[in-house]
Amino acid sequence: MSAIKYTFQIEKDDFSRAGEASSSIKKILMQVGSEPSLTRRVAIATYEAEMNIVIHSDGGTISVMIDPKCVMVLAKDNGPGIENIELAMKEGYSTATDRIREMGFGAGMGLSNMKKCSDEFSIESKIGEGTTIMMNMCVKEGE
Amino acid sequence: MQIIEVRDILEAEVLCCDEILTNEVNNAFSSDLMSDVLAFVNGKTLLLTGLVNCQVIRTAEMADLNVIVFVRGKSPDKNVIEMAKQGNIILLTTRDTLYTASGKLYSKGLKGINI
Repeated sequence: MSAIKYTFQIEKDDFSRAGEASSSIKKILMQVGSEPSLTRRVAIATYEAEMNIVIHSDGGTISVMIDPKCVMVLAKDNGPGIENIELAMKEGYSTATDRIREMGFGAGMGLSNMKKCSDEFSIESKIGEGTTIMMNMCVKEGE
Repeated sequence: MQIIEVRDILEAEVLCCDEILTNEVNNAFSSDLMSDVLAFVNGKTLLLTGLVNCQVIRTAEMADLNVIVFVRGKSPDKNVIEMAKQGNIILLTTRDTLYTASGKLYSKGLKGINI
């Protein structure tokens, strides 16, 4: 199997469809026979990224590059950007509104969950431009 | 523990997927915070929650969970139930509170997860 790439458009504030991209990505990974534990890590990380784009950004995209042993996820939004990345990465820190919290999100665990699922994780953000998160996840030995 | 036992212990109503009630769960996790579910929970774990929106089903789907118990008599709307059906996720609803439902299951041997 050679590397395959998919890109999904994520709309701002579209809570009824939030999670559809991650669900599609998970189904693709299951279809290509990706290792179950890797599939689960990718699903969780992309879902957290997707929810972040819906909740906090002006919309964006999630791309996945799938090869037999590794999956790379690129989550890119169109702003507004994160002022203090260090603070945003801290477990429990969130700028989400009460409405988001009532839906079960905004607990300040999203970015740390994504990092926990990834073998490589990087985040770049510029105020007024947007945020880009890169995550790489590979099959672990013994899986 | 089989899901059918969970149903009986909590006197719960089955909202979806009653054809797979003989499936087993090894542990349970009670939470209304979906990010905590995503952070800590693995497959074969029962989720007890008071949230009834579509994100609960999405969370279960991503984390490989196959059964959700809604507490305090809550029940999601039709499209949420339909979403669970498509993912083969069993949905139950009980009149018990989160605390009581968790306690009943724990006392019958269904333990929590280690984090």
